[in-house]
Amino acid sequence: MTTTPTAADGPTGAGADDAPAPAGPRGPGRAASVAVYVLGRLLTAIVSLFAVIVAGFFLFRILPGDPVRAMTEGREVTAEQREELRRQFGLDQPLWLQFLDYAKGLLHFDLGVSFQYREPVADLILERLGPTLLLAGTGTIIAALLGLFLGTRAGWRPGGRGDRINTAVALFFWSVPTFWLGLLLIVLLASGRGFMPGLFPTGGMVDPTLTGPVERALSTAQHMVLPIVTMVAVIYAQYLMIMRSSLMDEKGADYLTTARAKGLRDALVRRRHAVPNALLPTVTLIFLNLGQVVSGVILVETVFSWPGLGQLFYSGLQVPDIGLVQGLFVVFAASVILMNLLADLVYPLLDPRVRP
Amino acid sequence: MSAPTGSVPGPRPEPPTGPEPTAGRSPRSLARRRRREALLRFAREYARNRAGMFGLVSLLVIGALALTAPLFIDQTHLTVTGAPGDPFQPPGGDHPLGTDNFGRSVLDLIIWGARVSLTVGLLATFVSVSLGTLAGITAGHFGSSGGTGGRVVASIIMRVTDWFLVLPTLVLAVALAAVLPRGTGTIILAIGLTVWPATARLVRAQTLAVEARPYVERARALGGGHAHVMGWHVLPNVMPVVLAQTTLLVATSIIAESTLAFLGMGDPTTISWGALLQAARTSGAISAGIWWYIVPPGLAIAVVALSFTLCGRAVEAVINPRLRRRS
Repeated sequence: MTTTPTAADGPTGAGADDAPAPAGPRGPGRAASVAVYVLGRLLTAIVSLFAVIVAGFFLFRILPGDPVRAMTEGREVTAEQREELRRQFGLDQPLWLQFLDYAKGLLHFDLGVSFQYREPVADLILERLGPTLLLAGTGTIIAALLGLFLGTRAGWRPGGRGDRINTAVALFFWSVPTFWLGLLLIVLLASGRGFMPGLFPTGGMVDPTLTGPVERALSTAQHMVLPIVTMVAVIYAQYLMIMRSSLMDEKGADYLTTARAKGLRDALVRRRHAVPNALLPTVTLIFLNLGQVVSGVILVETVFSWPGLGQLFYSGLQVPDIGLVQGLFVVFAASVILMNLLADLVYPLLDPRVRP
Repeated sequence: MSAPTGSVPGPRPEPPTGPEPTAGRSPRSLARRRRREALLRFAREYARNRAGMFGLVSLLVIGALALTAPLFIDQTHLTVTGAPGDPFQPPGGDHPLGTDNFGRSVLDLIIWGARVSLTVGLLATFVSVSLGTLAGITAGHFGSSGGTGGRVVASIIMRVTDWFLVLPTLVLAVALAAVLPRGTGTIILAIGLTVWPATARLVRAQTLAVEARPYVERARALGGGHAHVMGWHVLPNVMPVVLAQTTLLVATSIIAESTLAFLGMGDPTTISWGALLQAARTSGAISAGIWWYIVPPGLAIAVVALSFTLCGRAVEAVINPRLRRRS
């Protein structure tokens, strides 16, 4: 079944929305327009970052009314202790001074102090960063490869049986809550109850009794299997759908007709001509969907007690440890903004059509 | 044609279908008739989409169960003290899906949980769709036909939208739920305030398309103000897109509700699907392998979310002919 090309499609499908106006001047004006483009993106990112900081301040310092009450909720505290806390967190200062203090601290990566751990939030975050990067990075790469592979299969023959099955499975996983999938995997493969032996450990990152580096690495790999499976199952669907529709947009393009007219085999047309172009918008969307990866990581780490930022966030929420949650809020949002900036800057390198 | 006089020329009072003489009919009745026909056409197209019909039927069944739940579930059986069974009874006998850690019937809890989960999902969607539609129409309208001031307002709205779009939704929703007082209202607000930007973008694009049409220009030339154009001409034409988006967002909102409840942000006394999963986790049902307490709530969420998604895709396919070819 061949679909006819649709005039409404932009050259790059979904990615065209975010792309800047093409056809910049050539020659001496070009360096200037590149500089304008880069500066514009940088400025946008900085404004977004500033807005995140203001929002974090507003959310956690002003909205709860009395932060001290929020911090000490459910505990017996004396009036002196409240006053002490108020002074310690600078809450006796006027609001704008508090904000200035907070912003100044952020410039030195001072994210405040955790109420629960009695430690600087920045230190806590640095400690937990590695495990989260390992989990999120591996999960995203596997999900992206799987999604792109299956999306290519589905999009090349839309409406075929492979496409229908693929789309149905993807939609199902898309509709399933992340944490539930994780819980199910634990019950099925890790609890050791019922008809299945406990194949995988239920939580943590490494067996603390092991000492050798190789053994520890193997143990970590074993601990990672279930969290990774959960993450991949939930996020690969969107990559599949994006790749599928992107490839379908490319399918009717003239250059594919040319390629076929040259006598290329179907698989070669797909691999050499259609897929590279369809990949372009998909690659940016992988960057742009990082927010969903962050959500996934929080849930997966919570379910599997993975000692990373997500679990730290969860532990902060249970107390509630406002300082910790606020710091993580800023870090999560900032990482997503930075990845977006990266996508904006990398995309023109990949796709000459949108170069400034 | 069963009427024997069908071919006889002359005025017929009520022809069943087809074009008819417009003389002697008020514009209003004509409009109503046209709308009814459009609705029928929509229903016919929709009915042809098998996945969409599956979603619709399963939602109707679940909705009916949730609405009539008080008729066949004794509410005292849902309290911790009035539990009818022993803790963690496996499925069978009086309790087809077993019991929870207090001895409550899991089946009853699931059916009762549908009430909260569906309510939160629908209300949160209402909040976010209203916000998104308002922002999208305003940005689209003033972006295309406002003066300099209007254009500035439009671009500010879109900047704010993009900013929200980038932020990790779950983190923002959790943060909101953490600082506001506990309760179902907070959950609704937290979800509604975080998932609107996608709708705003969609509605803005559609608004721009509608505003470029000649009849909007005519309305403006006749002296229609901003409010008139936005409310009378743009809004009705944006509604189909909004409808599809709404259906898809309910699925998102229900999953978000369960996630927030699972993270302990909800009111611990309400029975929702997410709260049940959290209770399963905190009561040690996971490590004990009590699958009948864990599988049903998640399956319920998945079925409802999938049904809404299927309905949304079907509506999308009907109103957007470009999609129809590909799905």
